Amino acid sequence: MTLLEPFLLRALAAGLLLALVAAPLGCVVVWQRMAYFGEAVAQASLIGVALSLAFGINLTFAVAVVAVVVAGLILLLGRQTVAPMDAILGLTHHGAFAIGIIATALLKGPSVDFAGYLFGDIFAVGTADLAWLAGGGCLVLLAIWRLWPALLRVSLNEELAAAEGVDVERTRAAFTLALAIAIAVAMKIVGILLVIAFLVVPAVAARPFAATPERMVGLAAAVAAIGVVGGLGLSLRIDVPGGPAIVLVMAAVAAASLAFASRRAV
Amino acid sequence: MSVEARPQQQPQQPTAIADAADPVACSCGYQHAPAEHRHARLPASPEPALVSARGLRLVRDGRVILDGVDLDIGRGEIVTLIGPNGAGKTSLVRLLLGLDKPQAGTVTHGPDARFAYVPQRFHVDRAMPLTVERFLTLGQPDVASRVGVVLDEVGAARVRGSQLARLSGGELQRVVMARALLRDPTLLVLDEPLRGVDTAGEAELYRLIQQMRERHGLGVLLVSHDLHVVMASSDRVICVNHHVCCSGVPEAVANHPDYVRLFGPEAARTLAIYRHHHDHAHDLSGGLAVPVAGAGEPAP
Repeated sequence: MTLLEPFLLRALAAGLLLALVAAPLGCVVVWQRMAYFGEAVAQASLIGVALSLAFGINLTFAVAVVAVVVAGLILLLGRQTVAPMDAILGLTHHGAFAIGIIATALLKGPSVDFAGYLFGDIFAVGTADLAWLAGGGCLVLLAIWRLWPALLRVSLNEELAAAEGVDVERTRAAFTLALAIAIAVAMKIVGILLVIAFLVVPAVAARPFAATPERMVGLAAAVAAIGVVGGLGLSLRIDVPGGPAIVLVMAAVAAASLAFASRRAV
Repeated sequence: MSVEARPQQQPQQPTAIADAADPVACSCGYQHAPAEHRHARLPASPEPALVSARGLRLVRDGRVILDGVDLDIGRGEIVTLIGPNGAGKTSLVRLLLGLDKPQAGTVTHGPDARFAYVPQRFHVDRAMPLTVERFLTLGQPDVASRVGVVLDEVGAARVRGSQLARLSGGELQRVVMARALLRDPTLLVLDEPLRGVDTAGEAELYRLIQQMRERHGLGVLLVSHDLHVVMASSDRVICVNHHVCCSGVPEAVANHPDYVRLFGPEAARTLAIYRHHHDHAHDLSGGLAVPVAGAGEPAP
């Protein structure tokens, strides 16, 4: 086997593309403390999988729609004042996951490959998947680029941003939509359970070495790229699943980075 | 807001300004002559007010936060909005700025009304890397050339290149104020600006606010729950507790039974002493504040 095997090149391209798209999203998720929100939305993707299998709709499209609906539901439930946000997220996260598992179990026909959806299969990425990833990724990057100053202001202080005329609701809605699209296109590669790690872990690793928001995004993309290359290498060498191997390498870099930050703080 | 409603007299009838001098039952629950009781209904100056509110009513979760609030703030005025925690001060400010909509009543902005708002809690998350300079130009790149001057003005030139999340409470306060000034406001709105600032910082901020008005002619609306210092610098103090209790020059409010009831006699004395120490600056009342004849008139 050479390094230029088509499946390996496709995996590498998909991973690096995702690294680039996930970096700005991941940084905003970290700044706005939305990691658990993203997790809840991502795990609801299983409902999208079931819908796609049951009605023969495009998987990426079904997952994106479900992600948007669940995100809207969370924002709606968050408006009540008797239960805190993390409890609401716990509810939707597990509720949606349960619905997803039951829905896929009820499907007639050949049994569903759960592990494939939960952990993804980066080596199975086809040309069509790559096209979806490139298209969705460009859309997401364009949206983030347009929203960037407003996103920074909302992340910094919502009240100040609103008082200065930033449309906070619209900014948040647009970001949530971009996040849903990214989750949908990334799901095939890293799986439902690890999608958010792809966003959050590189951003965390980048933080101690970043003095500006943009540098944090750049560093996050670099860490994610290291994770992709290192993870794919690891996966080929010791024959383990690709997605988890990528996340493992990224997590190791993040742990080292945070360890450095805590030593520097002493 | 999660503060429980205080068990106290609910606003009864809106005060009918009778021409009789007899004490009338007022919406604040006290009886006093109509002349003593101003609901800040009239603008302090003949020119159009920067912001006017009429009959504001705000109800949230079935609780009346504000009711029957009338208010005018004129150009270059320093107005302190004072009231206990949970009195609806921040809610009122948000209505005045147009950030929230009232259930009833109107808010009108004057033709040259440009607001800059410094919110009550300005917490900067460590997760976000951002220098002071970048913060000041964020979303307003055209002010970049004035950043140095304005930072100098608020006494924060040193921290220009620092990370926002690493500033002390006082430094952050000045930097947020610098951002507000860069927006060229005609009314600077400061919500509880002395939170997390020590006594020295208090006096400093007070001086800075005065200076801002002199230099830029901007009006200032301060929100406070016990700011005797800033209160003494105000042209007008408006005491709010779900409605406008009383308003007037600082001494008049400090000696008003409503103010004493809300804050206790201690607060009224503190103001008097403070004013005594600092009055040389602009010599309005010479010595210890005593109930002034004609109390309740807005300052010129």
